[in-house]
Amino acid sequence: MITENINLLTAIIAVVSASACALPGVFLVLRRMTLMSDAISHAILPGIVLAFFLTHSVSSPFLIVAATATGILTVVFVELLQKTKLVKEDAAIGLTFPALFSIGVILISRYSKNIHLDIDAVLLGELAYAPLNQLDINGREIGPVALYVMGFMLVLNVVFILVFYKELKLVTFDASLAATLGFAPTLIHYGLMTLVSMTTVGAFDAVGSILVVALIVGPPATAYLMTDSLTRMLILSVIIGSINALGGYWLSILLNVSIAGTIASVTLLVFVLVFLIVPNRGLVSIARRHIRQKWEFAQTMLVIHLFNHEGLPEAQEESEIAHLHEHLRWEPSFALRVVKNALNNRYVLQEASQLMLTERGRAKAQRTLVQ
Amino acid sequence: MLNFFFHTRFDYTLMIVSIGAALLGAISGALGTYAVLRRQSLLGDAISHAALPGIAIAFILTGSKTPLILVLGAAIAGWIGTLFIVTIVRLTRIKYDSALGIVLSTFFGFGLVLLTLIQRQGNANQAGLDTFIFGQAATLLQRDVLTIGILGGFALLITSILWKELKLLVFDEGFAASIGLQTRLLDIVLTSLLVIAIVIGLQAVGAVLMSAMLVAPAVAARQWTNRLNLMVILAGCFGAFSGVVGTFISSSATGIPTGPTIILCVTFMVVFSIVFAPNRGLLWNSIKQRRNRRSLKLVTNRLVESASANNRIIENDNRKY
Repeated sequence: MITENINLLTAIIAVVSASACALPGVFLVLRRMTLMSDAISHAILPGIVLAFFLTHSVSSPFLIVAATATGILTVVFVELLQKTKLVKEDAAIGLTFPALFSIGVILISRYSKNIHLDIDAVLLGELAYAPLNQLDINGREIGPVALYVMGFMLVLNVVFILVFYKELKLVTFDASLAATLGFAPTLIHYGLMTLVSMTTVGAFDAVGSILVVALIVGPPATAYLMTDSLTRMLILSVIIGSINALGGYWLSILLNVSIAGTIASVTLLVFVLVFLIVPNRGLVSIARRHIRQKWEFAQTMLVIHLFNHEGLPEAQEESEIAHLHEHLRWEPSFALRVVKNALNNRYVLQEASQLMLTERGRAKAQRTLVQ
Repeated sequence: MLNFFFHTRFDYTLMIVSIGAALLGAISGALGTYAVLRRQSLLGDAISHAALPGIAIAFILTGSKTPLILVLGAAIAGWIGTLFIVTIVRLTRIKYDSALGIVLSTFFGFGLVLLTLIQRQGNANQAGLDTFIFGQAATLLQRDVLTIGILGGFALLITSILWKELKLLVFDEGFAASIGLQTRLLDIVLTSLLVIAIVIGLQAVGAVLMSAMLVAPAVAARQWTNRLNLMVILAGCFGAFSGVVGTFISSSATGIPTGPTIILCVTFMVVFSIVFAPNRGLLWNSIKQRRNRRSLKLVTNRLVESASANNRIIENDNRKY
């Protein structure tokens, strides 16, 4: 009974974390800033460590405040570096977070030999332990801390997006228009970055910093393959994130492996699957469209060829099936298949070894030539 | 101070580690130059994370921890990760940054799954595989340094053979293609060299910090020169220097891990270069700005003076008539 309870709690925490991460992730993906989440998730380490040294408690809310501040500091550092115009954006990100992360690692290994705060747990996270860390009020345990933290972040993200939906949309798709209309893009930008930092910090404890990136980037990118509408993308991201979390959790129990790692693997799997089969934009439909267009084009070539020579002295020779490949420079086998397709579509008729245009085929040739 | 160096000179382990760190810094600095110039600084981050499942699979298949085999696995996985990124960007509307993010986090997650699988099998030999996540320069052995030297030397050799072609690819890909260079092939070669530089450094500094080893020396070097050859050499020197200095600092006290110390050293060099480099640096720029402002003021003063002198002459002339 207890284990069942714990399994259910873990699953709920996973779903709530995934949903909370996916929402700001949508805007990061659209604004081409996803790597900021990677940077933030690593760079908050020194903030967490310093706050931990000050409070001597892993579950102090001060930890979250300090880590969020460090996350915002990372954004500021990256932007300052960029503003010098001596460093490009990608290099600025690539410089900032390893440096901050290094400071965190050195602090941990130098001063916290005997305290419960090891890099493994911080970086990799362990969802399995999340339900065990219960929130304690007046000696009564009222549920896992992680669930409260991530539930709060989910609500905060939803409220922020609902309230500033118009502003976020405008700043995302046309920052300069937003600025001219007086929508303070910088303010919205920092608001979003604060949310990303807070969400990252909250999720970090439960799932670790690398999985946070998978939760933030994976579902929105998958949803981006499926829709053109921002609202639909937001909803789809939450759904996909939840499916990934549940599927990953279930699979990890089945195989008895790292929960966070399995959720990340499932995220990749779902992304690849959608990438392959999504209608219109998927790899399969792109390939099918290519093939269809190839045959379509070949048949058009054929009817135009026949049309050009129709009723002329050389028509006899030009519409000989066995010689078509010479006139159109096709492989003989390809030419035969084109003829077969054209016969099926009733563009042409076969009389002995000759091809004749049908009314339909003639119309098609004329239409194409006029265009 | 002298005593400190004299004392450490005979420490064999320290010597091996610092030679390894220096080699690594030189190789990743030199090859990172190309990544930074092509604005692919974070590709290194993605490759180093994506390499983890390759290491795990190589271990599962062979059961050995020979550096060459693990490096080979890492390289193949890093390569597949890069291929993924390129394919996603080419065939969908998903942008480069999201593609990087997906590959680095999910490949790494898959690697973690494989590591927990290995741990569960209770293979006594598996200890030490997770040094690839955080890196442990102190565990570098002579054979590791040899691997770094040979593979890195090979990568640098290819770079110098294809020097002209790679230079053209970095600065003007369109032109390179127009004069008949195989830009796609060159792109693959350059990415492979980057993969080599990354996987040989994973054991020493780990997946998270490896990207800084590529980016930071190159950014520092960029501030001092506008020439590619100088930049590559300088970046190599900066990388090697911070490798050695970082190793010595971390060995001077307990509880200071080597990898992060090296990263902080090279970050310090970046900050120093950005502030003090001649021509481009912040200090130089502000001095130049101040000088410009002063000379502009001088010129305007002179103009105002001559204008008022002219006025006086005109007034005198007016009075005459």
